Amino acid sequence: MNDDSLQPFPHGWDALQDHAFLVALRRQMLKFATLQLGDRHQAEDAVQEALAGALKNAASFGGQAALKTWVLAILKNKIADILRHNRRMVDASQLLNEAEEEEDFRDLFDRKGFWEADEHPKRWGDPVESFRQQQFWAVFEACLERLPAQQGRVFMMREVIELDTDEICDAVGIRASNLFVMLHRARLRLRECLEDRWFAKEAS
Amino acid sequence: MMLNCFEASRLLSEAQERPLILRERVTLGIHLSWCSGCRNFRRHMHALRTISRGYGQRRDTDDERVGKR
Repeated sequence: MNDDSLQPFPHGWDALQDHAFLVALRRQMLKFATLQLGDRHQAEDAVQEALAGALKNAASFGGQAALKTWVLAILKNKIADILRHNRRMVDASQLLNEAEEEEDFRDLFDRKGFWEADEHPKRWGDPVESFRQQQFWAVFEACLERLPAQQGRVFMMREVIELDTDEICDAVGIRASNLFVMLHRARLRLRECLEDRWFAKEAS
Repeated sequence: MMLNCFEASRLLSEAQERPLILRERVTLGIHLSWCSGCRNFRRHMHALRTISRGYGQRRDTDDERVGKR
């Protein structure tokens, strides 16, 4: 046996030996999956499967970043599958109630439906420039978590998992018009939250 | 028909989901021509999509400081 066969990694790094990395990766995946599935057990199963699948091929990854990209892609697909096939997960009647519930946007708009003076959407910096900042993602997650649960979930299905409108309606059992209402509300709230907590501060 | 900002924001959100019909495009266009808040809102709709996709594809370790390479 020569040295090469003992050391499958070009950089000498072995995912299976790097405990701190695995623990951290698993925790991050779980957080991601739980947010989107709204069910801890389903999330754990998805994470487990995604990790197992990726680690079987761990030897073909040259480093943490490559493995992580791969494993998150697998996880996203698993979550999309679960969302597609698990119609019971979201109770349609509950969703509709939430959509029809008179959500109060009077803090954002005046009586005639125009932006309140201090709620005028402002100019933002290029969001991509914030991507490297860990704090930005913490703010984004905090804003997502503040949304009403079902609103947050359909928003994530649409924008993070990138399911199309039909797939979401099908999975959740609502009509497109309801979905549009929920997405609009989610976007109003998310936009406001990101502006207040990040982009306005960045500009000042 | 004149749109208010709430309705304009709804159309701007829906434009992310479906093509707007002519009448919607026209009324929205008129509203945007004088409303800078809604013009910013339109940019934010694209930004939200970019951010969400970035979040889904993010690969930098977030809250854990591990494995400094």
